[in-house]
Amino acid sequence: MTELLTLAASTAPGLPLGITEGGTWLLRNAWLIPLLPALSFVGILFFGKRMPRGGSELGIALVGIAFVLSLLTAAAWIDHRDNFEGEEVHRAVAVAEHGDDHVEAHAEAHGHPSLGVHNTVTWFEMNDVAFTVGTLVDGPAVMMLVVVTLVSLLVHVYSTEYVAGDRRYTHFFAFLSLFSASMLLLVVSENTLQLLVSWELVGVCSFVLIGHWWEEKPNSDAALKAFLTNRVGDMGLIVGVTILFFTVGSALPGQFGSFSIAETNALAGAGQLSHTALLVASCCLMAAVMSKSGQFLLHTWLPDAMAGPTPVSALIHAATMVVAGVFMIARMYGVFFEGFSIGGSSINLMALIGGTTTLIGACLAFVQRDIKKVLAYSTISQLGYMVMALGVGAWTAALFHLFTHAFFKACLFLGSGSAAHAVHSFDMKSDMGGLRKAMPHTYRTFVIGSIALAGLPPLAGFWSKDEILVGTGGWGLFGGTGGNGAYTFMLIMGVITAALTAAYMTRCIYLTFFGEFRGHGTPHESGPRIVVPLWILAGLAIVAGFGNLPKGFPLVPESFQERFGHFVEPVASYFPSITHATPSWSLAIASTLVVLSGVTVAGWYYFVKVEAASKAAGESLTELPDGLTTKYPLARMGHTLLVQKYYLDHLYTDVIAGGTKGPVAAAAYKVDQGVIDGVVDAVGENAVKAGNLVYHRFDQLVVDGIVNTSGRASSSAGGELRKIQTGKVQDYAAILFAAAMVLAGVLIVIV
Amino acid sequence: MLLNQFLLLAAVLFAIGVYGVLARRNGVLVLMSIELILNAVNINLVAFSAVRETVGGEVFALFIIAVAAAEVGVGLAMVLLLYRNRRSIDLTEIDQLRG
Repeated sequence: MTELLTLAASTAPGLPLGITEGGTWLLRNAWLIPLLPALSFVGILFFGKRMPRGGSELGIALVGIAFVLSLLTAAAWIDHRDNFEGEEVHRAVAVAEHGDDHVEAHAEAHGHPSLGVHNTVTWFEMNDVAFTVGTLVDGPAVMMLVVVTLVSLLVHVYSTEYVAGDRRYTHFFAFLSLFSASMLLLVVSENTLQLLVSWELVGVCSFVLIGHWWEEKPNSDAALKAFLTNRVGDMGLIVGVTILFFTVGSALPGQFGSFSIAETNALAGAGQLSHTALLVASCCLMAAVMSKSGQFLLHTWLPDAMAGPTPVSALIHAATMVVAGVFMIARMYGVFFEGFSIGGSSINLMALIGGTTTLIGACLAFVQRDIKKVLAYSTISQLGYMVMALGVGAWTAALFHLFTHAFFKACLFLGSGSAAHAVHSFDMKSDMGGLRKAMPHTYRTFVIGSIALAGLPPLAGFWSKDEILVGTGGWGLFGGTGGNGAYTFMLIMGVITAALTAAYMTRCIYLTFFGEFRGHGTPHESGPRIVVPLWILAGLAIVAGFGNLPKGFPLVPESFQERFGHFVEPVASYFPSITHATPSWSLAIASTLVVLSGVTVAGWYYFVKVEAASKAAGESLTELPDGLTTKYPLARMGHTLLVQKYYLDHLYTDVIAGGTKGPVAAAAYKVDQGVIDGVVDAVGENAVKAGNLVYHRFDQLVVDGIVNTSGRASSSAGGELRKIQTGKVQDYAAILFAAAMVLAGVLIVIV
Repeated sequence: MLLNQFLLLAAVLFAIGVYGVLARRNGVLVLMSIELILNAVNINLVAFSAVRETVGGEVFALFIIAVAAAEVGVGLAMVLLLYRNRRSIDLTEIDQLRG
């Protein structure tokens, strides 16, 4: 592949890919970073039990080294981004006029292009199609490397105390390491095939870790649910990747297809690929995002995944794995940008799914008793925010939100774990309350994380959330300009979610840390191995937002503005030329006011009304005895709807799965009884109206007879058919061979 | 070189394998019979590939050998678990899936 690319570069003026084979050693050898945790996995698996600390030291050491390497890589990238002047890789394709202009215009608008560092080897070659493995290191990849290794390292440290004494302690650390390795492999993937492999790997790790305490049925059920729900979306990924492979092949002369992400994006961006194919592929990939990143309709697994140990929830189901979907969109943005026509429109599938998810997730977070479930739904909601941002073309804002969210959500999850560790329960209503005195560190970090999540300035969440709202471009109301389209609808959804987020976090803080303690025993603050990671994450939740101060921000030199966007957003032809919206004070102030109103309403309810009611009742209450839900039936119905999670689980298990697995004969019989009989009855009634006794007899004897007979016949057919299902494997094998023989016979006769 | 001999050998192996899969009650022997079937296919692939002087068939045969090794690994693990749980690897006794 490498040779082919450079050859093409020297012979034909092709489409530049915006990638280079050069760069410093660190950038070219980023594969070392996923390799380290992978080694740790193997090491812990084979030698962990014999180590003095059960293998955790190996995991921490190697993930720590990976973290340091990631930081060095990030430093190398910062240098490379602005100063690297090496030769760019070209590919020989008949490039449309549009393609060249497009690229040049892009580079002019953004200054020095960022050449992603590309390093591949051929894995195997078949019929002139080279299957490669390798790394593509650019802004988003480097950012993810740092985030994943940092959160993973902190979670490793935290876990040494949290799961101390667990019977599968070693096993737990082995899979934490494997997870880190797969996620790191995913973010540096150079082609979609490698992306697919690592995508499945993180899914498996998620399954294993959710079911870590599989002896209890709900936990193993949750693990299965997560895995199977993800399988649904994975089909979309496989189909989408396949479609892209062949679509790209059709645009490359003399080539069958290509998995290369840079090529796919560059060709899509240059308008070389069929729009229909891109649209279908985007929809398929979107299904994968819906399952992995917990988007609406396939999000139901994520709250159940909280059955896993809390460090796992923090690492996998909040900070890193669930953003794999978001990262995948960001990676394949050329495809999505063209496929969904994101630029210049006012609604598209991705923005709609994201917007819906962010709203329904925030609503569901209100009715949870379990502190982790509040955070789980909050994660769904925030992931919806990111997908919505990508859907409206605010790419940088989405990745920036991913970056800040990783810190404050990991902080919140680890904080909830620390609280739950002390009271041995996750139930806020019955076992928590008043923990602020007993657990000052957990309390403070949790509040910091909550403020960052709610998006109050100057904490991290504010900057990223505001940037997304600006990026919707639908805010002519506030005098704003720019953006890729006029997504006013998404702006409204985002603002409502901001208010809801602030309100449910206020509720969560009140129930956990205020009032009187409602559990048993006396809770104590957790040890340093829990508290230190909490403080590190809380610190990052405060400062991470300054990484991307908006352009024109006063008092700050220009070289400190939009640093994140500058270094993370690729300026290359494998990335579509997106338009950036200009930030405005009025929107920032408006969104802050909205958040404050959310805090005020919830605060007034809990800190004033419930507090007063608690004093009056002489016990620590968690809600008003005569609240809205008891007074108004409509509010109660809404509450039930939320508690039942919009009945989606019922839809999936009872209606869809139950309907499919129900005995076919019974279904046929029901159709007979319900539909056919109903039709017959209607005919009969008409006959009675006509007063024709002969018809009536005919109906009774013949038609009804037919109906009953067919019902009985299908019922008995079902009874006979079930005899085939002996459950013995050899009987099935016999049927299989018999069928194969029949098929072979047919083949011989025909051919 | 005559193709027939190879094909006959493969057919015989295949038939023995099918007989084993259908008639033996011992789980391990059934697995072995599946191996026979797979190897019958391998012989066919290699034979055709040799006659037509291409390498495609041999490559496929190699793939099949690798996959078969994995399959036997999983299959033996299942048989082992069966034995642990039920103290028997008689396939006729395992009919929990009966409809």
